[in-house]
Amino acid sequence: MKNSRTMISAVAAAALCVVAMPAAADENANLVLNGEIEMTVRAPAPAHLENLSEIFSGWVFRSDETQAMQLDDFDNPAMIFAEEGMDNWAEVDGSEGKSCASCHGDIESMAGVKAVYPKWNEEAGELRTIQMQVNDCRENQMGAEPWKVDAGDALNMEAALAAVSRGMPVNVAIDGPAAPYWEQGKEIYYTRFGQLELACSNCHEDNYDNYIRADHLSQGQINGFPAYRLKNAKLNGVQGRFKGCVRDSIAETFSPNSPEFIALELYVASRGNGLSVEGPSVRN
Amino acid sequence: MASGVKPRVKVPKSASAGEVITIKTLISHTMESGQRKDSDGNIIPRSIINRFTCDFNGQNVIDITLEPAISTNPYFEFEAKVPEAGEFKFTWYDDDGSVYEDAKSISV
Repeated sequence: MKNSRTMISAVAAAALCVVAMPAAADENANLVLNGEIEMTVRAPAPAHLENLSEIFSGWVFRSDETQAMQLDDFDNPAMIFAEEGMDNWAEVDGSEGKSCASCHGDIESMAGVKAVYPKWNEEAGELRTIQMQVNDCRENQMGAEPWKVDAGDALNMEAALAAVSRGMPVNVAIDGPAAPYWEQGKEIYYTRFGQLELACSNCHEDNYDNYIRADHLSQGQINGFPAYRLKNAKLNGVQGRFKGCVRDSIAETFSPNSPEFIALELYVASRGNGLSVEGPSVRN
Repeated sequence: MASGVKPRVKVPKSASAGEVITIKTLISHTMESGQRKDSDGNIIPRSIINRFTCDFNGQNVIDITLEPAISTNPYFEFEAKVPEAGEFKFTWYDDDGSVYEDAKSISV
């Protein structure tokens, strides 16, 4: 009895906290990277998005100080990790004596690749995240061990690939063979999970720009991933963040690289079609 | 030498004589405190950068002592007055005796 009352008051408190508060940062600030690359942080919502008219990068919702860290590559702590990824790009690994650079050349030539992932791979007949594609290259082209998904080297490489695509608009394909995965991702996005019975949409669509306790809710756009989070001082992958969100609703979560999260990554990425690729970004 | 150490420095390419410029430095370094244990329970030996200096044309600009509580990838931002063209020399001293150096010239 006592427990259920605590539960009810906790839920009531949580509900009370979701009220509009004054914005912490300048909502009209623009993100110009290194003084040269103009980033799109606000864009009209893509046609498939029924419930939003405008989409915002998570950068818009962060405080002035956090925003400033991302303006300059030298101040952006995530760039250390991206640079490690760029070093790995040229490093020979595996039985074939090849590095990424052996086939692809300079990493700059991969500009725009991050913007279209997750992407349908016709040959393999599967939807692939960029990390899966990197691992496929490692296994089948380089004869190397695949990297652990959503950790260390894989995230560094994803950050490096994102870094060379910065400023380009996210443009994942949701039609053709990707359509059923997109539908599955959408289904998950609007499904309430866990004891708190929260769907992604409850926070990131219905209540973005409101506060959930001390957190300023963003639209949950993933154009800035991998993201350097000030709270754990390292790169965070998008599926790891999905896992954290589902866990916070007190639910049994899916694992990174599960079919569910791959589909969800496609769907959430498609919600940001039109925003600039911003990764590796700085978030709190 | 600790692995993955890479110094980075940002200094404007030119300045007017007597101008105060902002210098940013960052070195990727684990700053191992000596308190942590590896998976076998052995203590990981301390390896931190204990001193950082910046000199301009042989004259000292800043000399910093670092203690174990300073986190990984130490970042310094400071200002310096540039009287003439010359070279900023940056030096990081590691506990294990390694010395990491970087230099940047500036014109007036």
